[in-house]
Amino acid sequence: MKNNRYITAFKRFMDGETSFEPKIKETEARRESTHKEKSISERYAVWHDKNGYKLFKRAYVAIGCLIAGCIIATLLLTVSYLPPYGEAGNPVNNEVTERYIEKGMEETGAVNIVAGVILDYRAFDTFGESCVLFVAACSVMMLMKKDKKGKKEEELQNYNPKRDPVIKQLAMVLVPFNLMLGIYVVFNGHLSPGGGFSGGAIMGASLILFSSAYGYRRVRPIFTEKLIKIVTFVSLTFYAVAKGYSFFTGANHLHSIINPGTPGRIMSAGIILPLNIAVGFVVTMTMYSFYALFTKEEI
Amino acid sequence: MPFIANFPFFCILITMFGGILTSMVNGKWAFRINTVIITATLVLNGTLLMFLIKDPQYFTFMMGHYPAPWGNEIRFGPLEALMGTVFSFVTLCSLISGKDEVFHDVKPRNLHYFYIMINLLLSSLFALIYTNDLFTAYVFVEINTICACAIVMAKENGKTLAATLRYLIMSLLGSGLFLLSIVLTYDITGQLLMVPAHEAFQRIFATGEYQIPLTIILGLVCVAMAIKSALFPFHTWLSHAHGSATTASSAILSGLVLKGYIIMLIKIIVRVVGLEVVVQLKAVNILFVMAVLAMIIGSLDAIKENHIKRMIAFSSVAQMGYIYMGIGLGNMAGLIVACFHIIVHAITKPMLFSSAGGLASASGHKKDFASLKGAAYRNPIAAAAFLIGSLSMIGIPFFAGFGAKYYLSMAAIGMGAKMWVVLFALAVSTVLNAIYYIRVISIIFSKTEGEVVERHKNAPSYTFAMTVFIIVNVLLGLFYQPVMDVITVGMGLL
Repeated sequence: MKNNRYITAFKRFMDGETSFEPKIKETEARRESTHKEKSISERYAVWHDKNGYKLFKRAYVAIGCLIAGCIIATLLLTVSYLPPYGEAGNPVNNEVTERYIEKGMEETGAVNIVAGVILDYRAFDTFGESCVLFVAACSVMMLMKKDKKGKKEEELQNYNPKRDPVIKQLAMVLVPFNLMLGIYVVFNGHLSPGGGFSGGAIMGASLILFSSAYGYRRVRPIFTEKLIKIVTFVSLTFYAVAKGYSFFTGANHLHSIINPGTPGRIMSAGIILPLNIAVGFVVTMTMYSFYALFTKEEI
Repeated sequence: MPFIANFPFFCILITMFGGILTSMVNGKWAFRINTVIITATLVLNGTLLMFLIKDPQYFTFMMGHYPAPWGNEIRFGPLEALMGTVFSFVTLCSLISGKDEVFHDVKPRNLHYFYIMINLLLSSLFALIYTNDLFTAYVFVEINTICACAIVMAKENGKTLAATLRYLIMSLLGSGLFLLSIVLTYDITGQLLMVPAHEAFQRIFATGEYQIPLTIILGLVCVAMAIKSALFPFHTWLSHAHGSATTASSAILSGLVLKGYIIMLIKIIVRVVGLEVVVQLKAVNILFVMAVLAMIIGSLDAIKENHIKRMIAFSSVAQMGYIYMGIGLGNMAGLIVACFHIIVHAITKPMLFSSAGGLASASGHKKDFASLKGAAYRNPIAAAAFLIGSLSMIGIPFFAGFGAKYYLSMAAIGMGAKMWVVLFALAVSTVLNAIYYIRVISIIFSKTEGEVVERHKNAPSYTFAMTVFIIVNVLLGLFYQPVMDVITVGMGLL
């Protein structure tokens, strides 16, 4: 019993060595072995070494495509069973949308119903959504930011190739207008289509345009990591405090100092305007820091 | 409404604000702020739980000035409060015990990012537990996905980056399917809040209209949550992500993040679609089959493993099988057992990960079995925790895991063919669990002849957190009946 292979294997297993390691394949030896009668298992092993991976990869792709195709077909089939688009009797045309459309302006003070829904009726979701942006920016910083000493100035030049004069001139004309448009979209979020997310995206895009046309050096003195952090922090804190107050008073049926004001005025719609500004800042900073981190691994 | 009903809202808000605040400080202060905030959530949730045990009821809390179905809402009772308490407790203990390893594994300039992620991860878990709104759930699933990937990535080396990428792709697939199911739900019901959506679903099921979209929604939700919580065919990302991350991350990911999605699934089954509808559409049977396979195959994978953290991670796959088996039974008793096992596993698995981390740091931060030989003598408190945790996972009486197995087999009685499958799978997986856990125990307790044992100096915080973990585990093993009562009451009100 002493030399029983099962007992030895068990002892080795309990000692922490895995007994499931595949046998060492002596591929070369197998191929070169000149035995006339190869056993089936040997022949299989040679064939497996030769074609196994290729075959597996092909089968993998084929099965993957098949499964994906099935899922696509099922989902498309499901769509055909859904209520037809735009009919009055659809389930989505119920008391929920009715109140948003009919009373939205009166209750939230926002002419833009969408702004009223996302920043007042369902503001908690939007807070979550701006936290998603914050978290995403943080993870990218965590992953992409290199140590400060790691980079020299010459290396950074690689990210700063010679700029085309056409792009420079074009950017000079476009960037101010783009920024203005972004600010307008943010500030008019409660009056016309737009809001923090779209306006922030426009502002971020114009920053990216400026930085790619004129090089990082013109942007870096202003947009440091510290500024981005502080702006994001202040905006999100403002959002958390303002909405926290609003949720707290709403849930406990307390009197809230926030009032909708006169719809149509710029200073109306309660806190939707400041919230839009906060969201706009967060989006701008996130977009710019994504660009900076992905192109040159630092801000 | 009493003032105490504000507590879940406070928990969500202060953890989110904590994440925002942490971005402005360095790593050490981030840890301190984080500890204070999580302790505060533990106190808030614990107080709420005490209040709701005394007087079981459900509260509906409007997030803003508009009631359902127009505004966001959170809704909670004893079950949610219990889960919230367990989650904040486990996060606190895992972070305290894993502090040294976090400071060892994560680069100093990334430390505060790590704690931002932990804070927001916890807030998203609270939101998943407490929310009464499907779309809010989706938003927080997004936060959860990003944060979970980021805390795997925090320990930057090739392995964790590869694991993160794998995890990210699978996790985003899950999020995408969940979003599709929400879109379809909105299309056929016109509701996003759970209670109004439930009424709409009952109507739809009664009239027989939109039968196919209803089935597809259920399928999508089940698959999405199965991917997110690593049920058997979708479990391949788990061992890499949990095995290679820093210990605190593994503990939180394995103990809590997987559970958040299962709680969401249970809420969708009971509160949105309705248990009868789910049973009649046979969705539970699919979950049941996958659960049985997960129990067996997860354990077999764990036996093959040679790296202590990956082994514990594969054991999680098997334990997820137990939880899904409870759901797959398709009766109330099964769901109650699933919730109970969520708590058992949430308390035991982080303890196992933390003790594995302790054993490894006593063996020069190496995690393969050969290096861990005799580690128990170098780090006795970690070894004691590992012993208790593994006995609980095997299901020895007087430990928490036994209660779960006992109630699971009780819930299966009278289910016909399912009963035999459950009993057989339980027996087989218990033996398999015993094989790999006892193996590790025998390795860490076997001393090489003539070796001089050098005691590893644990940080006081580690010893403290492990002691608390051990005490809670033993208490849960001895007195599981009160916990079951709370879950039963909560489930009845859900």
